[in-house]
Amino acid sequence: MSITIENINKHFGTYKALDNINLEVNSGELIALLGPSGCGKTSLLRIIGGLELADSGKLLFHGEDVEARDARERNVGFVFQHYALFRHMTVFENVAFGLRVKPKKERHPDAEIKRRVHELLNLVQLDWLANRYPSQLSGGQRQRIALARALAVEPKILLLDEPFGALDAQVRKELRRWLRRLHDELHITSIFVTHDQEEALEVADRVVVMNRGKIEQIGTPDEVYAAPATPFVYQFIGNVNLFHSRDHAPWTQQHGDAVAYVRPHDIDISRTPQDDTALPVEVKLVRAIGSIVRVEVAADNSCELIEIELSRERFDVAPLVNGDHVFIRPRQFRVFGEGVKSELSAA
Amino acid sequence: MSHAFRSHSVLPGFNLALGFTLLYLSLIVLVPLSALFFKTATLGWSGFFDVATNDRVLASLRVTFLTSLAAAVINAFFGLIVAWVLVRYSFPGKRILDALVDLPFALPTAVAGITLATLYAPHGWIGQYFAEQGIKVAYTPLGIIVALTFIGLPFVVRTVQPVLEDVEAGVEEAAASLGAGRWDVFRRVIFPAIYPALLTGFSLAFARAIGEYGSVIFIAGNMPYISEIAPLLIVAKLEQYDYAGATAIAVIMLLISFALLLGINALQWWTSRRGVR
Repeated sequence: MSITIENINKHFGTYKALDNINLEVNSGELIALLGPSGCGKTSLLRIIGGLELADSGKLLFHGEDVEARDARERNVGFVFQHYALFRHMTVFENVAFGLRVKPKKERHPDAEIKRRVHELLNLVQLDWLANRYPSQLSGGQRQRIALARALAVEPKILLLDEPFGALDAQVRKELRRWLRRLHDELHITSIFVTHDQEEALEVADRVVVMNRGKIEQIGTPDEVYAAPATPFVYQFIGNVNLFHSRDHAPWTQQHGDAVAYVRPHDIDISRTPQDDTALPVEVKLVRAIGSIVRVEVAADNSCELIEIELSRERFDVAPLVNGDHVFIRPRQFRVFGEGVKSELSAA
Repeated sequence: MSHAFRSHSVLPGFNLALGFTLLYLSLIVLVPLSALFFKTATLGWSGFFDVATNDRVLASLRVTFLTSLAAAVINAFFGLIVAWVLVRYSFPGKRILDALVDLPFALPTAVAGITLATLYAPHGWIGQYFAEQGIKVAYTPLGIIVALTFIGLPFVVRTVQPVLEDVEAGVEEAAASLGAGRWDVFRRVIFPAIYPALLTGFSLAFARAIGEYGSVIFIAGNMPYISEIAPLLIVAKLEQYDYAGATAIAVIMLLISFALLLGINALQWWTSRRGVR
């Protein structure tokens, strides 16, 4: 089911949580709402789920206005960061909850409920835990149960609020791959909120980057990483070095007073100046991290550190040590500044 | 042998703490209670039996336990509502209302009794409206219930309140998004979570009401067989220097209370074993 969000606004007192949000989610898509805490992503998710009301704007599911429907009538599955499982119920009863509270006419017979719950528990690979209580489960298991519970009512839309936020790194990684596979199986229109860019880029079909109640960019993971639309997106997704044109970025001069954004892996290092715009720097720190080598350098007249990432192969060809004097030059950069529309430049 | 009860703990002093606890409880609770039984024993079985089967004693016990039960039930219901309002809503004067709940703890019970008796007397501020309907509150068992409700209110509110605060809003939202109506959310999600606390509050209020003396005697009217409570009968016997008779009634009350509290605890244990944790 597609979701259309038109001009949605939301205030909390004088604080503007959502500022004129427009978003179109296609049927069967997996969307990530990505942004720092307080950017409004959770508010937006809660408005879609009917847990909160927008001050103004329109919300359509499959072209149908759902503003007047409350959470229980929207047929939306909601997964919470802290699981929100019912502590006094077994795993089985948790998953069965949505089926048991259906109005008498629509309610399935007990045998059918039982069958469906076990089917869902098998789907999340936790059928063997059916008789346990949530407190006896690990975080990752709890979240899978929460997901099974949300899926029990066959929602047309699945909303996940920082679903892996409370889990440790290893489980997180595992679960998000699992979520992606699950989505490929079920094709439920899904929106998940995260502040973890890696998670968003890895799992989502499209990423919506939000900041201060506004959408900064909507695009595929590749687009938001490779072609950030705003300085915020540049800094929020991936690492970036900032070069001020008047200080130490002669190659941006043509743009006037501006700032160039350069990814750490888009910088060349050489012992001899590549051309007359190359920046002379001193190596301050060299650190090998797995498959990459991170080099921190500083321009001779500045103490601001510039971060450079080299592949290990490349580093091995021309190794560096602290105190080396070298020249750097960006292969690719993007300039933002007064009167400058963002544009990608190859130097 | 001594290791059997011991569990390893980062905090030292298990032996000392346990010893102190036993000594303390003995001095404060066990010694006075056993003195009660010893004194009663001077009556002998037949003497005790006479007291226990005395019509007036039985009537007073019935009044005591039935009014206490009624008050505890009323408190469980309205105390839950008060706790709910205090936890869930914010409104001007909430802190004052919150502090007000503790007042029955602080007020001398005799003062409460006199005040309530005055208010609910047939010509009192509140009593007059009941009188119009032909209902007599003060100087009847109804008056006793009013006093006991007043005394027991804080117990339910103060036990339920923190547990209710602990129920995360997320759980209710999850239930709602799964299609549960308000009643279903309360019945299936919130109530099971607060039920043990509510039961504790109920039994505390109940136990407190059984032992209440000061406030009741002013509003009860103290008519034998109708509105005479067992504690009053104990005092009456004391005034007649019938110490053994007084302790006999006390022992009966103690046994009934103990049985009731044990039953409530068992119920709680049974439900918690089925559910939480």
